[in-house]
Amino acid sequence: MPHIWCPGCGHGIVLNSLLRAVEKLQLERNDIVMISGIGCSARIQGYVDFHTMHTLHGRALAFATGIKMAWPLLKVIVPMGDGDALAIGGNHFIHAARRNIDVTAIIMNNSIYGMTGGQHSPLTQCGDHATTAPYGTVDSPFDVVQLASAAGASFIARTTTYHARDMTRLLAAAIEHKGFSVVEVLSQCPTYYGRKNDAGDAVAMMERFRDETVKVTADGAVPGDRSGRMDGAHEPVPVGLFRREERPEYCEAYRTRVMEPALEQAQSAARDVSP
Amino acid sequence: MSVERRLDVNRHWCKGCRICVAFCPRNVLALDREGKVVVMRPDDCIWCGDCEIRCPDLAITIVKEAAS
Ligand SMILES: Cc1ncc(C[n+]2csc(CCOP(=O)(O)OP(=O)(O)O)c2C)c(N)n1
Ligand code: SF4
Ligand code: SF4
Ligand code: SF4
Repeated sequence: MPHIWCPGCGHGIVLNSLLRAVEKLQLERNDIVMISGIGCSARIQGYVDFHTMHTLHGRALAFATGIKMAWPLLKVIVPMGDGDALAIGGNHFIHAARRNIDVTAIIMNNSIYGMTGGQHSPLTQCGDHATTAPYGTVDSPFDVVQLASAAGASFIARTTTYHARDMTRLLAAAIEHKGFSVVEVLSQCPTYYGRKNDAGDAVAMMERFRDETVKVTADGAVPGDRSGRMDGAHEPVPVGLFRREERPEYCEAYRTRVMEPALEQAQSAARDVSP
Repeated sequence: MSVERRLDVNRHWCKGCRICVAFCPRNVLALDREGKVVVMRPDDCIWCGDCEIRCPDLAITIVKEAAS
Protein backbone atom coordinates (compact mmCIF):
# COMPACT_ATOMS: atom_id res chain seq x y z
CA MET A 1 0.00 0.00 0.00
CA PRO A 2 1.38 3.50 -0.72
CA HIS A 3 2.16 5.51 2.44
CA ILE A 4 0.11 8.48 3.64
CA TRP A 5 2.62 11.26 2.89
CA CYS A 6 1.98 13.74 0.07
CA PRO A 7 3.82 13.36 -3.27
CA GLY A 8 7.45 14.46 -2.81
CA CYS A 9 7.27 14.72 1.01
CA GLY A 10 10.81 14.52 2.40
CA HIS A 11 9.69 12.35 5.30
CA GLY A 12 9.58 9.39 2.89
CA ILE A 13 13.27 9.91 2.09
CA VAL A 14 14.05 9.81 5.83
CA LEU A 15 12.21 6.47 6.03
CA ASN A 16 14.16 5.24 3.01
CA SER A 17 17.55 6.23 4.54
CA LEU A 18 16.65 4.92 7.98
CA LEU A 19 15.78 1.47 6.61
CA ARG A 20 19.11 1.40 4.81
CA ALA A 21 20.95 2.42 8.01
CA VAL A 22 19.31 -0.40 9.97
CA GLU A 23 20.15 -2.85 7.19
CA LYS A 24 23.75 -1.61 7.15
CA LEU A 25 24.10 -2.20 10.90
CA GLN A 26 22.44 -5.63 10.53
CA LEU A 27 20.29 -5.01 13.57
CA GLU A 28 17.65 -7.51 14.63
CA ARG A 29 14.12 -6.15 14.34
CA ASN A 30 13.39 -7.26 17.89
CA ASP A 31 16.27 -5.19 19.26
CA ILE A 32 14.88 -1.89 17.98
CA VAL A 33 12.06 0.19 19.37
CA MET A 34 10.86 3.26 17.50
CA ILE A 35 8.84 5.73 19.53
CA SER A 36 7.11 8.69 17.96
CA GLY A 37 4.79 11.50 19.00
CA ILE A 38 2.22 13.10 16.67
CA GLY A 39 2.74 14.72 13.29
CA CYS A 40 3.24 13.72 9.65
CA SER A 41 6.81 12.84 10.67
CA ALA A 42 5.61 10.70 13.58
CA ARG A 43 3.71 8.45 11.17
CA ILE A 44 7.05 6.98 10.10
CA GLN A 45 6.87 4.32 12.82
CA GLY A 46 3.79 2.82 11.15
CA TYR A 47 5.91 1.62 8.22
CA VAL A 48 8.61 -0.30 10.07
CA ASP A 49 8.53 -3.83 11.41
CA PHE A 50 10.30 -3.06 14.72
CA HIS A 51 8.76 -2.59 18.14
CA THR A 52 6.88 0.70 17.77
CA MET A 53 4.91 3.15 19.88
CA HIS A 54 2.81 6.06 18.66
CA THR A 55 2.54 8.29 21.72
CA LEU A 56 1.58 11.90 22.51
CA HIS A 57 2.57 15.04 20.64
CA GLY A 58 5.91 16.22 22.03
CA ARG A 59 6.27 13.43 24.57
CA ALA A 60 8.04 10.72 22.57
CA LEU A 61 11.36 11.35 24.35
CA ALA A 62 9.70 10.96 27.76
CA PHE A 63 8.30 7.55 26.74
CA ALA A 64 11.68 6.68 25.22
CA THR A 65 13.49 7.55 28.44
CA GLY A 66 11.22 5.17 30.40
CA ILE A 67 11.63 2.33 27.91
CA LYS A 68 15.39 2.73 27.70
CA MET A 69 15.71 2.79 31.50
CA ALA A 70 13.60 -0.36 31.81
CA TRP A 71 15.43 -2.24 29.05
CA PRO A 72 18.79 -0.63 28.29
CA LEU A 73 19.77 -3.23 25.68
CA LEU A 74 17.16 -1.94 23.22
CA LYS A 75 18.18 0.42 20.42
CA VAL A 76 15.77 3.31 20.87
CA ILE A 77 15.00 5.55 17.89
CA VAL A 78 12.78 8.63 18.23
CA PRO A 79 11.70 10.37 15.00
CA MET A 80 10.13 13.80 15.59
CA GLY A 81 8.85 16.78 13.64
CA ASP A 82 10.28 20.24 14.30
CA GLY A 83 7.15 21.21 16.21
CA ASP A 84 6.99 17.89 18.04
CA ALA A 85 10.66 18.05 19.08
CA LEU A 86 11.20 21.73 19.82
CA ALA A 87 7.88 23.46 20.51
CA ILE A 88 5.74 21.26 22.76
CA GLY A 89 8.61 18.78 23.23
CA GLY A 90 11.44 21.27 23.70
CA ASN A 91 11.85 20.65 27.40
CA HIS A 92 12.05 16.86 26.96
CA PHE A 93 14.63 17.44 24.26
CA ILE A 94 17.07 19.51 26.32
CA HIS A 95 16.77 17.23 29.34
CA ALA A 96 17.31 14.04 27.33
CA ALA A 97 20.42 15.71 25.90
CA ARG A 98 21.57 16.81 29.37
CA ARG A 99 21.27 13.25 30.71
CA ASN A 100 23.02 11.81 27.68
CA ILE A 101 20.60 8.88 27.60
CA ASP A 102 21.38 6.42 24.80
CA VAL A 103 18.56 7.36 22.41
CA THR A 104 18.73 8.43 18.76
CA ALA A 105 16.61 11.53 18.12
CA ILE A 106 15.84 12.26 14.47
CA ILE A 107 14.46 15.75 13.90
CA MET A 108 12.63 15.77 10.57
CA ASN A 109 12.73 19.52 10.08
CA ASN A 110 10.36 20.79 7.39
CA SER A 111 10.18 24.26 9.02
CA ILE A 112 6.42 23.96 9.50
CA TYR A 113 3.60 22.07 11.21
CA GLY A 114 2.61 19.80 8.32
CA MET A 115 -0.10 17.70 9.88
CA THR A 116 -2.19 20.56 11.24
CA GLY A 117 -2.10 22.77 8.14
CA GLY A 118 1.09 24.83 7.99
CA GLN A 119 1.53 26.79 11.22
CA HIS A 120 5.04 28.15 11.90
CA SER A 121 7.33 26.25 14.28
CA PRO A 122 10.36 27.15 16.41
CA LEU A 123 12.50 26.12 13.42
CA THR A 124 10.74 28.33 10.84
CA GLN A 125 13.23 30.87 9.54
CA CYS A 126 12.61 34.54 10.31
CA GLY A 127 10.54 36.02 7.44
CA ASP A 128 9.14 32.69 6.18
CA HIS A 129 5.40 32.49 5.66
CA ALA A 130 2.99 30.15 7.40
CA THR A 131 -0.74 29.93 8.13
CA THR A 132 -0.03 31.63 11.46
CA ALA A 133 2.49 34.06 9.95
CA PRO A 134 0.75 35.67 6.96
CA TYR A 135 3.20 38.63 7.08
CA GLY A 136 6.23 36.40 7.61
CA THR A 137 7.54 34.88 10.83
CA VAL A 138 8.83 37.46 13.30
CA ASP A 139 10.49 35.03 15.73
CA SER A 140 14.05 33.81 15.25
CA PRO A 141 14.46 30.04 14.96
CA PHE A 142 16.52 27.75 17.15
CA ASP A 143 19.69 26.38 15.63
CA VAL A 144 19.27 22.67 16.49
CA VAL A 145 23.00 21.96 16.37
CA GLN A 146 23.83 24.77 18.79
CA LEU A 147 20.89 23.96 21.06
CA ALA A 148 21.78 20.25 21.22
CA SER A 149 25.41 21.17 21.78
CA ALA A 150 24.69 23.52 24.69
CA ALA A 151 22.25 21.02 26.23
CA GLY A 152 24.90 18.27 26.20
CA ALA A 153 24.08 15.81 23.39
CA SER A 154 27.15 13.68 22.69
CA PHE A 155 26.46 13.04 18.99
CA ILE A 156 25.20 15.87 16.77
CA ALA A 157 24.71 15.88 13.01
CA ARG A 158 22.70 17.73 10.39
CA THR A 159 21.88 16.59 6.89
CA THR A 160 19.15 16.96 4.25
CA THR A 161 16.94 14.77 2.10
CA TYR A 162 19.06 15.74 -0.92
CA HIS A 163 22.09 14.20 0.85
CA ALA A 164 20.36 10.81 1.29
CA ARG A 165 23.58 8.81 1.19
CA ASP A 166 25.12 10.97 3.95
CA MET A 167 21.87 10.65 5.87
CA THR A 168 22.13 6.84 5.87
CA ARG A 169 25.73 7.02 7.06
CA LEU A 170 24.96 9.58 9.80
CA LEU A 171 21.88 7.72 11.01
CA ALA A 172 23.87 4.48 11.25
CA ALA A 173 26.63 6.25 13.22
CA ALA A 174 24.04 7.90 15.47
CA ILE A 175 22.31 4.59 16.24
CA GLU A 176 25.66 2.99 17.04
CA HIS A 177 26.77 5.86 19.28
CA LYS A 178 26.34 5.27 23.02
CA GLY A 179 24.70 8.43 24.33
CA PHE A 180 22.11 10.97 23.21
CA SER A 181 22.39 11.35 19.44
CA VAL A 182 20.71 14.11 17.47
CA VAL A 183 20.38 14.01 13.70
CA GLU A 184 18.57 16.99 12.21
CA VAL A 185 17.33 16.29 8.68
CA LEU A 186 16.15 19.23 6.58
CA SER A 187 13.06 17.77 4.91
CA GLN A 188 10.64 19.27 2.39
CA CYS A 189 6.92 19.81 2.93
CA PRO A 190 5.84 20.85 -0.58
CA THR A 191 2.19 20.95 0.47
CA TYR A 192 2.37 23.61 3.19
CA TYR A 193 5.85 25.10 3.42
CA GLY A 194 6.28 24.95 -0.36
CA ARG A 195 2.95 26.61 -1.21
CA LYS A 196 3.09 29.25 1.53
CA ASN A 197 6.59 30.32 0.50
CA ASP A 198 6.42 29.93 -3.29
CA ALA A 199 9.24 27.46 -2.85
CA GLY A 200 8.24 25.32 -5.84
CA ASP A 201 7.85 21.57 -5.86
CA ALA A 202 9.81 18.90 -4.00
CA VAL A 203 12.57 18.95 -6.64
CA ALA A 204 13.06 22.72 -6.33
CA MET A 205 13.17 22.45 -2.55
CA MET A 206 15.78 19.67 -2.71
CA GLU A 207 17.85 21.67 -5.18
CA ARG A 208 18.04 24.37 -2.53
CA PHE A 209 19.20 21.79 0.03
CA ARG A 210 21.96 20.97 -2.48
CA ASP A 211 22.88 24.56 -3.36
CA GLU A 212 22.41 26.31 -0.02
CA THR A 213 24.34 24.00 2.29
CA VAL A 214 28.03 23.67 3.08
CA LYS A 215 29.73 20.56 4.43
CA VAL A 216 31.63 20.89 7.70
CA THR A 217 35.20 19.66 7.88
CA ALA A 218 36.22 16.32 9.44
CA ASP A 219 36.59 17.95 12.86
CA GLY A 220 33.13 19.53 12.68
CA ALA A 221 34.28 23.07 11.87
CA VAL A 222 32.23 25.28 9.54
CA PRO A 223 34.31 26.46 6.57
CA GLY A 224 34.52 30.18 5.77
CA ASP A 225 34.09 33.31 7.85
CA ARG A 226 30.65 33.46 9.45
CA SER A 227 31.41 36.33 11.79
CA GLY A 228 29.30 38.76 9.75
CA ARG A 229 26.13 36.78 10.34
CA MET A 230 23.06 38.95 10.81
CA ASP A 231 19.42 38.17 11.41
CA GLY A 232 17.77 37.22 8.14
CA ALA A 233 21.09 37.23 6.28
CA HIS A 234 21.26 34.38 3.85
CA GLU A 235 24.12 32.02 4.50
CA PRO A 236 24.65 28.39 3.54
CA VAL A 237 23.51 25.96 6.23
CA PRO A 238 26.35 23.80 7.59
CA VAL A 239 25.71 20.04 7.26
CA GLY A 240 27.67 17.02 8.43
CA LEU A 241 28.90 15.61 11.73
CA PHE A 242 29.42 18.30 14.39
CA ARG A 243 30.17 16.28 17.49
CA ARG A 244 30.87 12.69 18.49
CA GLU A 245 32.27 12.34 21.99
CA GLU A 246 32.31 9.82 24.82
CA ARG A 247 30.48 10.93 27.93
CA PRO A 248 28.93 8.83 30.76
CA GLU A 249 25.62 7.40 29.53
CA TYR A 250 22.57 7.81 31.77
CA CYS A 251 21.33 4.18 32.08
CA GLU A 252 24.83 2.97 32.85
CA ALA A 253 25.45 5.75 35.37
CA TYR A 254 22.09 5.01 37.00
CA ARG A 255 22.97 1.31 37.27
CA THR A 256 26.43 1.83 38.79
CA ARG A 257 25.64 4.87 40.95
CA VAL A 258 22.12 4.03 42.17
CA MET A 259 20.90 0.50 41.47
CA GLU A 260 24.02 -1.48 42.40
CA PRO A 261 24.78 0.43 45.66
CA ALA A 262 21.09 0.22 46.63
CA LEU A 263 21.03 -3.51 45.98
CA GLU A 264 24.23 -4.00 47.98
CA GLN A 265 22.80 -2.03 50.88
CA ALA A 266 19.59 -4.07 50.85
CA GLN A 267 21.55 -7.33 50.77
CA SER A 268 23.76 -6.35 53.69
CA ALA A 269 20.69 -5.24 55.67
CA ALA A 270 19.13 -8.64 54.98
CA ARG A 271 22.34 -10.37 56.16
CA ASP A 272 22.30 -8.32 59.35
CA VAL A 273 18.80 -9.43 60.36
CA SER A 274 19.18 -13.08 59.37
CA PRO A 275 19.96 -15.37 62.34
CA MET B 1 27.44 -16.81 -14.73
CA SER B 2 27.15 -13.02 -14.58
CA VAL B 3 24.94 -10.70 -12.61
CA GLU B 4 22.29 -8.74 -14.43
CA ARG B 5 20.79 -5.59 -13.06
CA ARG B 6 17.49 -3.94 -13.77
CA LEU B 7 15.37 -1.15 -12.34
CA ASP B 8 12.23 -2.43 -10.71
CA VAL B 9 9.45 0.17 -10.52
CA ASN B 10 6.43 -0.16 -8.26
CA ARG B 11 3.83 1.89 -10.14
CA HIS B 12 1.32 1.43 -7.38
CA TRP B 13 3.58 3.21 -4.86
CA CYS B 14 4.94 5.92 -7.21
CA LYS B 15 3.29 9.31 -6.63
CA GLY B 16 4.95 11.07 -9.56
CA CYS B 17 6.93 13.59 -7.51
CA ARG B 18 9.66 13.73 -10.22
CA ILE B 19 12.55 13.55 -7.72
CA CYS B 20 14.12 10.49 -9.36
CA VAL B 21 13.68 11.97 -12.85
CA ALA B 22 15.25 15.33 -11.92
CA PHE B 23 18.30 13.97 -10.10
CA CYS B 24 19.18 11.02 -12.40
CA PRO B 25 22.63 11.91 -13.79
CA ARG B 26 21.92 10.08 -17.09
CA ASN B 27 18.36 11.08 -17.84
CA VAL B 28 17.18 7.48 -17.73
CA LEU B 29 13.80 8.07 -16.13
CA ALA B 30 10.64 9.94 -17.12
CA LEU B 31 7.03 10.30 -16.07
CA ASP B 32 4.35 8.79 -18.30
CA ARG B 33 0.94 10.23 -19.12
CA GLU B 34 -0.47 8.99 -15.84
CA GLY B 35 2.35 10.76 -13.97
CA LYS B 36 4.08 7.52 -12.98
CA VAL B 37 7.77 6.81 -13.42
CA VAL B 38 8.98 4.81 -16.43
CA VAL B 39 12.46 3.60 -17.33
CA MET B 40 12.84 5.34 -20.70
CA ARG B 41 16.50 4.72 -21.50
CA PRO B 42 17.55 1.61 -19.53
CA ASP B 43 20.78 1.21 -21.52
CA ASP B 44 22.06 4.57 -20.27
CA CYS B 45 21.77 3.63 -16.58
CA ILE B 46 25.05 3.60 -14.64
CA TRP B 47 23.48 1.98 -11.54
CA CYS B 48 24.49 4.86 -9.28
CA GLY B 49 21.44 4.18 -7.09
CA ASP B 50 20.52 7.86 -6.69
CA CYS B 51 16.92 7.23 -7.75
CA GLU B 52 16.61 4.33 -5.34
CA ILE B 53 17.90 6.19 -2.27
CA ARG B 54 16.00 9.45 -2.92
CA CYS B 55 12.58 8.07 -3.79
CA PRO B 56 10.29 9.13 -0.91
CA ASP B 57 7.90 6.33 -1.80
CA LEU B 58 10.44 3.50 -2.04
CA ALA B 59 9.06 2.81 -5.50
CA ILE B 60 12.36 2.14 -7.33
CA THR B 61 14.74 -0.73 -6.60
CA ILE B 62 17.84 -1.89 -8.41
CA VAL B 63 17.36 -5.65 -8.67
CA LYS B 64 20.36 -7.90 -9.18
CA GLU B 65 19.75 -11.28 -10.74
CA ALA B 66 22.07 -14.07 -11.76
CA ALA B 67 22.02 -14.41 -15.54
CA SER B 68 22.91 -17.65 -17.27
C1 LIG C 1 -1.01 17.91 22.94
C2 LIG C 1 -1.28 18.21 21.51
N1 LIG C 1 -1.23 19.48 21.07
C3 LIG C 1 -1.43 19.75 19.76
C4 LIG C 1 -1.71 18.73 18.88
C5 LIG C 1 -1.96 19.06 17.43
N2 LIG C 1 -0.86 18.73 16.57
C6 LIG C 1 -0.78 17.55 15.92
S1 LIG C 1 0.59 17.40 14.96
C7 LIG C 1 1.10 18.97 15.41
C8 LIG C 1 2.36 19.58 14.85
C9 LIG C 1 2.94 18.86 13.68
O1 LIG C 1 4.11 19.50 13.24
P1 LIG C 1 5.53 18.85 13.36
O2 LIG C 1 5.75 18.27 14.69
O3 LIG C 1 6.54 19.86 12.91
O4 LIG C 1 5.48 17.60 12.35
P2 LIG C 1 5.12 17.51 10.79
O5 LIG C 1 3.66 17.23 10.72
O6 LIG C 1 5.50 18.81 10.14
O7 LIG C 1 5.95 16.38 10.31
C10 LIG C 1 0.20 19.58 16.29
C11 LIG C 1 0.35 20.93 16.84
C12 LIG C 1 -1.77 17.41 19.39
N3 LIG C 1 -1.99 16.37 18.57
N4 LIG C 1 -1.55 17.18 20.68
S1 SF4 D 1 1.60 17.98 4.78
FE1 SF4 D 1 3.79 18.31 4.40
S2 SF4 D 1 4.84 17.10 5.99
FE2 SF4 D 1 2.71 16.35 5.87
S3 SF4 D 1 2.76 14.63 4.43
FE3 SF4 D 1 2.22 16.46 3.24
S4 SF4 D 1 4.20 17.22 2.48
FE4 SF4 D 1 4.65 15.81 4.16
S1 SF4 E 1 10.96 9.53 -6.86
FE1 SF4 E 1 9.66 7.73 -6.50
S2 SF4 E 1 7.58 8.53 -6.20
FE2 SF4 E 1 8.81 10.18 -7.13
S3 SF4 E 1 8.44 9.96 -9.34
FE3 SF4 E 1 10.28 8.78 -8.86
S4 SF4 E 1 9.55 6.70 -8.45
FE4 SF4 E 1 7.77 8.04 -8.39
S1 SF4 F 1 20.58 4.15 -11.00
FE1 SF4 F 1 21.39 6.22 -11.36
S2 SF4 F 1 21.64 6.32 -13.59
FE2 SF4 F 1 20.30 4.57 -13.18
S3 SF4 F 1 18.24 5.42 -13.33
FE3 SF4 F 1 18.82 5.51 -11.19
S4 SF4 F 1 19.65 7.58 -10.94
FE4 SF4 F 1 19.61 7.13 -13.13
